[in-house]
Amino acid sequence: MFRSIDWMTIVLYLMLVVIGAVSIYAASYDFDNASLFDFSEFSGKQFVWIGLSLVIGCAIMLLDYRLYEAYAYPIYGVVILVLILTIFIAPDIKGSRSWLSFGPVSLQPAEFGKFATALALAKLFDSYNFRLNQKPSNYFRALIIIFVPIILILLQKETGSALVYFSLVFVLYREGMSGMILFAVVCAVTYFVVAVKYATPLLLGMPVGQFTVFIFIVAIFIGMLWFYCRDRFVARNVLFAFLGGGAVVTVLALCGVNVPGVAFFLIMLGGTAVYVALAMMRHRMQKYAITLGFMLVSVSFLFSVGYVFGSVLQPHQQVRIKVAVGIEDDVRKSGYNVNQSKIAIGSGGVTGKGFLNGTQTKLKYVPEQHTDFIFCTIGEEEGFIGTVTVLVLFLALILRLIHIAERQHTPFGRVYAYCVVSFLIFHLAVNVGMVIGLCPVIGIPLPFLSYGGSALWGFTILIFILLRIDASRKERH
Amino acid sequence: MRKDYKLEKRKYVIGGFLCLIVLIYIVRLFSLQVLDTKYKANAESNALLERIIYPARGLIYDRNDKLVVFNQPAYDVMLIPRDVGNFDTLALCRVLNITPAELKQKWDDMKNPRRNPGYSAYTPQKLISQLSQEDYGRLQEKLHKFPGFFIQKRTVRQYNYECGANVLGNIREVSAEDVDRDRYYRRGDYTGDLGVERSYEQALRGTKGMEVLMKDALGRIKGKYEDGIHDVQPGSGRNLKLSLDIELQEYGERLMAGKIGAIVAIEPETGEILCLVSSPGYNPSELVGRERGNHYAELVKNPYKPLYDRAIQGAYPPGSTFKPTQGLIFLQEGVVTEGTQYPCHRGYVNGLRVGCHGHGSPIALLPALETSCNAYFCWGFKNMIDKAGTTPAAQFEKWKKYLVEMGYGYRLGIDLPGEARGFLPNSDYYNKMLKGDWSANSVISVSIGQGEVLATPIQIANLCATIANRGWFITPHVVKEVQDTVIDKNYRTRRQIHIRREYYDMVARGMRMAVLGGTCRKANLGDIEVAGKTGTAQNPHGRDHSAFMGFAPFDKPKIAVAVYVENAGFGAAFGVPIGALIMEKYLKGEISPAHKAMEESMLHSNTIQNSGVKKH
Repeated sequence: MFRSIDWMTIVLYLMLVVIGAVSIYAASYDFDNASLFDFSEFSGKQFVWIGLSLVIGCAIMLLDYRLYEAYAYPIYGVVILVLILTIFIAPDIKGSRSWLSFGPVSLQPAEFGKFATALALAKLFDSYNFRLNQKPSNYFRALIIIFVPIILILLQKETGSALVYFSLVFVLYREGMSGMILFAVVCAVTYFVVAVKYATPLLLGMPVGQFTVFIFIVAIFIGMLWFYCRDRFVARNVLFAFLGGGAVVTVLALCGVNVPGVAFFLIMLGGTAVYVALAMMRHRMQKYAITLGFMLVSVSFLFSVGYVFGSVLQPHQQVRIKVAVGIEDDVRKSGYNVNQSKIAIGSGGVTGKGFLNGTQTKLKYVPEQHTDFIFCTIGEEEGFIGTVTVLVLFLALILRLIHIAERQHTPFGRVYAYCVVSFLIFHLAVNVGMVIGLCPVIGIPLPFLSYGGSALWGFTILIFILLRIDASRKERH
Repeated sequence: MRKDYKLEKRKYVIGGFLCLIVLIYIVRLFSLQVLDTKYKANAESNALLERIIYPARGLIYDRNDKLVVFNQPAYDVMLIPRDVGNFDTLALCRVLNITPAELKQKWDDMKNPRRNPGYSAYTPQKLISQLSQEDYGRLQEKLHKFPGFFIQKRTVRQYNYECGANVLGNIREVSAEDVDRDRYYRRGDYTGDLGVERSYEQALRGTKGMEVLMKDALGRIKGKYEDGIHDVQPGSGRNLKLSLDIELQEYGERLMAGKIGAIVAIEPETGEILCLVSSPGYNPSELVGRERGNHYAELVKNPYKPLYDRAIQGAYPPGSTFKPTQGLIFLQEGVVTEGTQYPCHRGYVNGLRVGCHGHGSPIALLPALETSCNAYFCWGFKNMIDKAGTTPAAQFEKWKKYLVEMGYGYRLGIDLPGEARGFLPNSDYYNKMLKGDWSANSVISVSIGQGEVLATPIQIANLCATIANRGWFITPHVVKEVQDTVIDKNYRTRRQIHIRREYYDMVARGMRMAVLGGTCRKANLGDIEVAGKTGTAQNPHGRDHSAFMGFAPFDKPKIAVAVYVENAGFGAAFGVPIGALIMEKYLKGEISPAHKAMEESMLHSNTIQNSGVKKH
């Protein structure tokens, strides 16, 4: 078995963990008094967490792989019970009830919900002759497994950790869910976040977020005509229409006549829609209809988001949603935090200021610099080289996991692996995105790097169970 | 296993999606870290300072819009240790008017991790709190000589009246627990302590603002960062309008001078508390400013416990003020009617004896209330508890249920912290205490408000308000209005007692007779029709407690008052005159010449010497 372990994954895992430990040490380093193994300090504690997670990893590798399959549902059940208990017994720490303390150690059960949910989902897909598209009830069963932890974690007021589970849509997609649904979900989330997050400043008389979403819609419209309907002629004409229209508007603006942006987009989209509808009469009806429909739904979605958000909801509800997606902090604006984070990263330059020389993170301008904003410390001290290295390591790790997923012989192994992949993609995209100011601030850690025992253990368990399953793939036959 | 190669291709979509995101992020990082030089410049001029702008705390008015509590600016001297270079220590001492030794002491305190656990060389630290206006003026002028120093404006409380400290409360610096409990607070913030400052903290405190300032390399402030777009404006605290009549409160505290006890006056129709006196009290201004800690320690050490709010925390035997509740229960349960008479041969004689004083016998309910006859209520209680066909325990629970409804035995829910619940025994309590074998006689003294029953003065006043309303009350409260919002629903909703209104009428008439010709004749205010009930409560601490409750005018009650004076003898001795003066003062605005002598004697009498507490 020893030889069938995927050592490449382990090496990537260890590299990331070590980078994390070093960065936490840097982030919590105090110019005045420093000591590496002071266990009351973050870095000291983190070394203990890392040591213990290696022990956990070994223990997982020593157990029989069939255990995880056989006990998938019981493990899921126990973790769900713990999540329910947590709601009631966890103390209220700054508004959230998600931490259980055991003496000097505090753990966040939500982090352990991930591997349990992955196991349960894998077990479901492993049932005899189970295919997702076979009947609607199969979707229903999969969604129940996913939504129970989501609701429980929401009740603990840990919105960020709950959102992570939505990434399992990738697993459903891989197992047969229509690509259109995935595409629609990704578009809807992007539209919503962009439209709500970038409400200012104005561009062509419309919020810059709305403008960006319109550009997305136009691009997707043309892209679908080109690749999906395979009608380059129509696609090119629509593209030229928009470029021409854009040029006219620009010239008019230079002459002092400002065309309202919303009117421009609506007229152009309406006109090209009629044109495409005419083309539809002549060619493959269904694909054109889907393309048109997608465009129209996107536009109405954009407007309804704006309308519901701006007119139907009360100001305090707006703030609550903004706080939930992390756009506004209730004490001070998170725009300020992200700005500080961007300054810290930006000041790193190409090569960084050097280990322990970051002033921005040291001077506590960046909040949570050892947990959710750890990427910031790397950006400041190790520069562009450091940040790209970390991103490439993550990319390599996740692509390797996708490779492992596809070489599994059972749906159990494959689905479990894709769950791990989905969680990692979501954490990476959202955490780094918020630190560099592209995503709303959602408080979730950067896997393996952020300070905190629960998250590190949670991801260690996720990865090592996968490695254990993978290592046994030859034993099955 | 069958492989679905069409689905397997989807790995490219997922992998592609990931690659796309990583690519976007790398492009973004490239532009942030390599192309853009703005951030580098920003970081070098780095030093930003977040200065909290504290909102003005809400003001407190009394029911007649008299300003009771307001704010005065105070100034904390702050500094960021890392930015503090060499400065002229002596010059700073001169400016602040302190000795170098004092400055050294403050500096050491600031750096001492035990006294200041949040110490860091990089964040603002408080060196000296609450400078006076003059010191502030001098320092402001010379501030440029002291790099790293800045001034944080705060407000402290000021009081227009020297009374009502138990209701008003005060403010103190937040404790470590406060910071853990509520993310609004940061170390060094103020929060309400005791009184309405505590219970209405959320409304009073407002929301903090913040300004982001730029500093130069020497730590001097160079103006707002990015023209202040990151600033957050503070939101002012909400003003409170108390239901208290602050002049009545002041008068009540004067009447109680030299005595231990409490006065509670309630407007029956609204449940609004008109005055809530606890004696001895203290001047709220003592708990303001730099001397707060010392004064607080003195108050804690004072043997008469001025911090203990007897009006809502003192649990006393209610004595005869409890008798109206008994009459009401007996009537509702059909144990007695208005005409039912019981014998009183200088007391209740039935196997044991509960003494009484001289009056006619047999006696009905109204004259029993008039003369405060013990025997009547003992007989009624006996007939209720020892009713044939049921058990004493079951009957006792029924009896208790009425009293709970009237507000005894549990907290009423007043909007002040620390209310006590008093005590009502239940049948289990007696089952344990009396080994299961008991009857009305074993517990007979509760029927006259002695024995195990304990009530707070506010519960007694609330009973009186309920009788004034003839059967309902609104939870007593001290805050009438909170600016821009409505007060809690509990303070607007009637709580109905399940006893018929006509029975309340009878009891009220009995209390009226007590004023006209019975035990509370001293409360007869002539043209204002007063109804009342005295109480003389035996207690283990020495002389009897003197109690009174009364309301007026009889038909349209405007005030219900309860007075409780510890170790002052008969109810008629202190309770009745003080209660009468409070009612007259409130209803007429002044004391009529006929009662001046009574007022003088109350203002100057002293019963504290009977309390058995030795002042050391």
